[in-house]
Amino acid sequence: MLREEELKTFVDGTTRYFEVAAQQPATIGSPYLLEGETAMHDYTGMINVSGKREGVVYFTAPRAMLTVLLMKMQESDFSHESMRDLVGEVANTISGNARRDFGHDFVISVPSVFAGEKPQISQPPGARAFVIPIHWRSHSAKLVVSLT
Amino acid sequence: MSSGNPLERRPVKLLIVDDSNIVRRRIERSQQFDDLQVVGTAANGLEALELARRTDPDLVTMDLTMPQMDGIECITQLVKLKPAVRILVISALADKATAVEAMERGANGFLNKPFSDRQLNEAITELMY
Repeated sequence: MLREEELKTFVDGTTRYFEVAAQQPATIGSPYLLEGETAMHDYTGMINVSGKREGVVYFTAPRAMLTVLLMKMQESDFSHESMRDLVGEVANTISGNARRDFGHDFVISVPSVFAGEKPQISQPPGARAFVIPIHWRSHSAKLVVSLT
Repeated sequence: MSSGNPLERRPVKLLIVDDSNIVRRRIERSQQFDDLQVVGTAANGLEALELARRTDPDLVTMDLTMPQMDGIECITQLVKLKPAVRILVISALADKATAVEAMERGANGFLNKPFSDRQLNEAITELMY
């Protein structure tokens, strides 16, 4: 089961992503335990985790935030496909970086992306899901980590 | 790439491999070398091998987590196909064992995502200049 101290890996990964990719740090809110279902934003990028740990990591963000993030990355393509690409890449980067602490057996999938639909997220029995709130400029997003 | 006479220098052919369009464009846009010529971009290992056959790249930037054929398998096949190619892995996978495995398969450098323009250009310089 995911321990609260292990959340630091994902908090640090999220912080690093915004600092480097967007060149503007995000503020990370206090993580909280998810009870029931979390509200999804417009776009969600999800990574399935297998190996030593099982579960999912997903990043969900509103279109407005992703648009500004793309602009900060010097992108000029703000299409639906770019939004999908970006949420998948954010989820992939934060999850991949987690291997620095979780090791080689923390196996991550390629991203699945959901837009305007409720993702089918199956959490393994015994997993606890934590929500990490992300505030960047005037926008808010979430990283959800649910691992055995 | 070093050469005795700058006038004889030919472009360094770059193939960019990543399943994200955004990352592919980012690498293309961020590299700051006048003599780097992007000869192709690929979204997975299979596409990369096909493009490598056709374009004979000098340098390949290689993602690892990709559909159809991942980067580790692609590196293994690419070095058999083009033994002289230089491969810079650009991946989110941040554990040491992955970097070691990529290097053992034939990669020449490893850059973690997310990366800055400066880090990208330093990594390319280290490999090619």
